[in-house]
Amino acid sequence: MSEVQELIVNMGPQHPSTHGVLRLIVHLDGEVVTRVIPDLGYLHRGLEKLAENKTYAQFLPVTDRLDYLAAISNNLAYCLAVEKLLGLDVPKRASYIRVILAELTRIVSHLVWLATHALDLGAFTPFLYCFRERELLLDIFEMYCGSRLTTTAFRIGGVPKDIDSQIKQKIEEFVKIFPSKMNEYEALLTNNKIWLERTMNVGIISAEDAINYSLSGPCVRGSGVEWDIRRAEPYCVYNELDFDIPTGRGVGDTYDRYLVRLEEMRQSNRMIKQAFEKMPEGNLMADDPRVVPPTRDNVQTRIESLIHHFHIMAEGFNPPVGEVYQAIEAPKGELGFYIISDGSPKPYRMKIRVPSFANLQAIEKMCENGMMLADVVAIIGTLDIVLGEIDR
Amino acid sequence: MGSAYPTIELEEARMSKQEIIEAVKAKFTDVIESVDDTKDLTIRVKKENILEICRFLACAPDLGFDYLSDICGVDYSARQPRFDVVYHIYSVNKKHRLRIKAAAGENESIDSVESVWKAANWYEREVYDMFGIVFDNHPDLRRILLPDDWKGHPLRKDYPLVTDVGEKWLEEKLVTHVPV
Repeated sequence: MSEVQELIVNMGPQHPSTHGVLRLIVHLDGEVVTRVIPDLGYLHRGLEKLAENKTYAQFLPVTDRLDYLAAISNNLAYCLAVEKLLGLDVPKRASYIRVILAELTRIVSHLVWLATHALDLGAFTPFLYCFRERELLLDIFEMYCGSRLTTTAFRIGGVPKDIDSQIKQKIEEFVKIFPSKMNEYEALLTNNKIWLERTMNVGIISAEDAINYSLSGPCVRGSGVEWDIRRAEPYCVYNELDFDIPTGRGVGDTYDRYLVRLEEMRQSNRMIKQAFEKMPEGNLMADDPRVVPPTRDNVQTRIESLIHHFHIMAEGFNPPVGEVYQAIEAPKGELGFYIISDGSPKPYRMKIRVPSFANLQAIEKMCENGMMLADVVAIIGTLDIVLGEIDR
Repeated sequence: MGSAYPTIELEEARMSKQEIIEAVKAKFTDVIESVDDTKDLTIRVKKENILEICRFLACAPDLGFDYLSDICGVDYSARQPRFDVVYHIYSVNKKHRLRIKAAAGENESIDSVESVWKAANWYEREVYDMFGIVFDNHPDLRRILLPDDWKGHPLRKDYPLVTDVGEKWLEEKLVTHVPV
């Protein structure tokens, strides 16, 4: 009777706690995890191959389908990369609008994370609370660009639409009530004994390991590494905004990453408030007729503008030969686009560096040291993965 | 939590592009084939030296490239050697980036850098999956996104955008009729 048998459990790809179509092959000794082998690719759509066959403007809506919980961040990273390739200067007002929407997206993404993470660990109420606030934000996105999830909110060279007084009022209302809503979530979880038991000392990863495994975003900051691309390599107008980088309490466990994300939501809220105060008047699109199509009024009244518009839309534009890498701090970590241009209207090669891919790789490391099967669920939740961007 | 952090003086922490190049050239005299600093700093090295140079870049205290952002492959189908393997590395402390390129031929392999950065494990599997470039001394070189028995490497330029490879693969898998 002393024979020890290793049990192999197949978790996913249809398991609700795997947040999409992730499959884990979990080796168990009793209830203790001895090894976790992730199996990816169930959502692979070949987006990088697709990018090589679309013009730069045509690929923009496809970026919505990477991290579909934070589509605006993907749009931002892609637009910044193409603008870097073109050497295009975006007007300041457009950059402020981008920052406001990107920070709202960060809150949306973190709300979904908190809702599902808490649900996975047995707390149902935070799910209802978080989706209540998320709904307000999705309404704002819908007012701005007409869609709620797949937004395509920006254009190469700027933003298509101003934040008018109606949208501004909605955002300001949200910014005003959100801190009190945050207190509601915290009242449910932060000092909840069950929550502490389920998250403290679960999935610990040290700062050195976190960097060695290329963790980014809240996952690396939860291990005490004060690294945020918004601060380290400021893009848009982040160098004009004041914000703190939370790093947790220095353990590197699931509870630390919970604290970091909560504080990030507060900081995002703060940044949106500042951005409205500092936002100047001005143009919304860059002044470059090679890339930016003429305005709708001109297209409808002048034949030259119509031809111009047709050329840009049908043929695309020819960026200079060269290659760029542009990274931003997406809600989940470092999101980077590496574009190689051969001077034609379509990219020669586009590699999308997604945060979830690298973050998920650390799951094997985090499941060491006698984690239980139930902790695997907590660790998947704390990594905040989205399979849409892992599989591409 | 939430205390005010001092503003980081970015320019002081960063090494200039020239300083990075000089630091690398001081250690490796004739390994760097070319340098390009028009947009992002890029160095091209021989593929035989990739592991050695990566280990140096990651460990040298003044450079400190401790973070591997990305590894990707590029197929220049008209060129000899055919592929480029591109490494994007970053220093979390010093806040500088560097791109390393190494060329590899169609039936050649390149050393794995998994021993330097653990993150390279999956990145190299993805490059192998998409381009068929083999990494020597990789602990677990399997396909990552596509099924293990898939034929072809989709991001090669000669792999068509629309194919019936997927349907054929599925047909082989599906058991439609089992005689009684």
